[in-house]
Amino acid sequence: MASELTITVNGKQHRVEATSDTPLLYVLRNELGLNGPQFGCGSESCGACTVLLGSKVVKSCKLPVSDATGGAITTLEGLSADGDTLTSLSASLHPVQRAFIEEQAAQCGYCSNGMIMATAALLWKNPHPTDEQIREALDGNLCRCGAHLRILRAVKRAAELFDKERDPDGR
Amino acid sequence: MADEPSEWIESWEEDSERSEWSETGAIKKANQVDDWLALNPDGTVTVFCGKIDSGTGVQTALAQIVAEELDVPIERVQMVMGDTARTPDEGITAGSTTIRFGGFALRHASAEARRALLELASDRLDAALDELLVRDGVISVSRRPAQTITYAELMGGKRFNRAITLQAPLKRPEDYRVVGKPIPRVDLPRKFTGAPSFVHDVRVPGMWHARVVRPPSASAELVSIDETSVQDARVVRLGNFIGVVAEREEQAVRAAKQLKVEWRETERWPEMEELYTSIRRQATSDDTVREEGRVESALRKATAQVEARYRQPFQAHAAIGPSCAVADVQADRAVIWCSTRGVYPLRDELADLLQMRPEQVRVIFVEGSGSYGHTGSEDAAADAAVLSQAVGRPVRVQWSREDEFAWEPFAPAMEMEVRGGLDPQGNVIALAYDVWTPSHVAGAQFLAGQLISGQPPEPPEWSGGGDRNAPTNYSIPNQRVRVHWLSGLPLRTSSMRSLGGAANTFANESFMDELAAVAKSDPLEFRLRHLDDPRAIEVLKIAAQNANWGAALPQGEGQGIAFAQYENEEAYVATVAQVHVDAKSGEVRVKRIVVAHDCGLIINPDGLRNQIEGNVIQSTSRALKEQVTWDGSHITSLDWDSYPILKFSEVPDVEIVLINHPDQRAVGAGEPATITTAPAIANAIFAATGARVREIPFTPKRVRAALT
Repeated sequence: MASELTITVNGKQHRVEATSDTPLLYVLRNELGLNGPQFGCGSESCGACTVLLGSKVVKSCKLPVSDATGGAITTLEGLSADGDTLTSLSASLHPVQRAFIEEQAAQCGYCSNGMIMATAALLWKNPHPTDEQIREALDGNLCRCGAHLRILRAVKRAAELFDKERDPDGR
Repeated sequence: MADEPSEWIESWEEDSERSEWSETGAIKKANQVDDWLALNPDGTVTVFCGKIDSGTGVQTALAQIVAEELDVPIERVQMVMGDTARTPDEGITAGSTTIRFGGFALRHASAEARRALLELASDRLDAALDELLVRDGVISVSRRPAQTITYAELMGGKRFNRAITLQAPLKRPEDYRVVGKPIPRVDLPRKFTGAPSFVHDVRVPGMWHARVVRPPSASAELVSIDETSVQDARVVRLGNFIGVVAEREEQAVRAAKQLKVEWRETERWPEMEELYTSIRRQATSDDTVREEGRVESALRKATAQVEARYRQPFQAHAAIGPSCAVADVQADRAVIWCSTRGVYPLRDELADLLQMRPEQVRVIFVEGSGSYGHTGSEDAAADAAVLSQAVGRPVRVQWSREDEFAWEPFAPAMEMEVRGGLDPQGNVIALAYDVWTPSHVAGAQFLAGQLISGQPPEPPEWSGGGDRNAPTNYSIPNQRVRVHWLSGLPLRTSSMRSLGGAANTFANESFMDELAAVAKSDPLEFRLRHLDDPRAIEVLKIAAQNANWGAALPQGEGQGIAFAQYENEEAYVATVAQVHVDAKSGEVRVKRIVVAHDCGLIINPDGLRNQIEGNVIQSTSRALKEQVTWDGSHITSLDWDSYPILKFSEVPDVEIVLINHPDQRAVGAGEPATITTAPAIANAIFAATGARVREIPFTPKRVRAALT
């Protein structure tokens, strides 16, 4: 039976109608109209549907919405400062998004949501990851087009951009 | 199916008249400037392009061509790609021809538009044409710099009403300011911020969600269906085609799982181990695509003879995003949003399926997940269209991961046999090459149509693609290349990146290495010795130089090299792979790949690098890991565990050297760097271990077997 649930997404509370076992992804896309998280496999094995629950990476394609009611969910749309989707470049972009643009770190872009969200979570925990740590953190995110090397460069650049933000004068 | 070579040639020639296979084909059909672009009152330019972007970023390169020839800032160029109501018919997007053919049309349309604007300005400013200067859409007079007029003031919102003559002056490459520059992709900011970008993001008011309930195999027949086994969903049954349509996506997903259906299966495919034997038992239609000298007598006279057989399995496009489409079919009109490679061909086929007239059907391209060939995109469009027509409301269909892996058309399995002979100096004097392949081009054959009618798919219109790069560019006095066309294979197949080019180059370039080994020659020197074309020699030398070819390597490591000219007349590619082989497990780790790439004039060096990197990583994945598996008549590689692809932890370092020839025509780069990877890796495995792997993928098990 569908019931009314409250979830917090990108800083706003939303009341949604859904059965408790509905995967979070369908609620985010179809009830809230978000486009960042994408369906890829439905079995948590490709990462296209990645969102953050608190500061934790979760794959939303299988997670029942009822398990996501307690925490703050962040999607790709919520990364940028004003929470709006942007059609032109602006300073309010999250450093990871800026880094991905600067490195042109995608081909088709379908996996980009997962790559960007996983990177944001990684740099939150570990601001200066080694190459190996980056590869390990992204190993659950598949890319078919072969943009991997650009994505690795983008993660490094994102770490630099974070550093600059924390310490603009480089002291 | 054209059985005779003569018929085959004829149908190919007919085909080459179609718009997508020539530079001027599309312009002949859409010969007005207004068919290709519009100058808006705000100074922006809308480009109507019949080619589509399959996830390669080619829309940016096309926008660069327009910005260059029209002299407007690239930020003001908006691309509309693939919409039967708005864009010209440019056939399908395939074969790395978007820049070559699609770019040609836009270049001439833009040059014609610029010419028209200059003529208008000449009148308005009372100046001769050769006194006018253009920069960023502003025209000025050289001796009166204060006097200017903008494109928008001259034409904004008005039609050009002018034919494309192909005579308007084109810019000289040395004057390019936009073409040749690493312009950032126009689509990425949207994709990185969650703005709607993909067909998966299309939402239409009143839209419901659907899933197709697939039979266990294509020829299975429906015995019974229990519609009471599902709730909250409508069941649509048309012949053997079954769909469930529900208001909410999760309801459709659940219903598709719960619906009780009984099928009768009659088909059985050969066992996996029997595949290649069964291929060789098939009757074939044979075609000699090259014959020079006298191969058999030269082989007999050769000092050394070498023979080898190579195998390519079925492989999947394996897009990360499964096929998806949205359709709104009403009594007298239909709109279908999908990520098809050709909106016009699809429109005609969908009209047929829906029993409507083509002009009642509008097909709109929206980007999908990267596709690399013929995937399930068109099938999803047909699914959505049929289901929308059945329930009388807009319907969105998204395939499940299992649907995608089981039902997308695969790259066909192939077998190659090569015999070669050397003279006493170690030169190749004879080469006999035979390949067994089906056509890599499938005709119109929607799964939906096939299931509704119960008819097997129509055979392809012509056999093609399996011969791609079967002949090599090497100078060999006696050679023969034969293609043995199979009428079909049990699994559904069609085109995938480079078609037969990858398997044929795997065979040819592995075999060159085998010959070099027998001749006791260095594989690089051996190849150079058999090449005359300076551009071929250049790519090989540059790749070798950058890879530090011949340097001492640690134990267990080796370097392998491979060269090809795509389709024997397009881009030149040389690849050097460096691998480590674990002698105990047989596991191959590709550490580094160096590619030298010459595709003539470079439009966007960063976009080009991105394409080459993608080709290299994807083809490394195909060489090491990928094969479709089955049991009985059921595909068993249905998820990312059973069809693994290369992960971050396994990706090699890739170094690319671009060779720019601005005086040479710009040819495609979407496929060439795919074909030299597998042989470079196989040759590196040989260099590391002395063991030769002749069957893709190079799994640890297979490598271990070759080592013993």
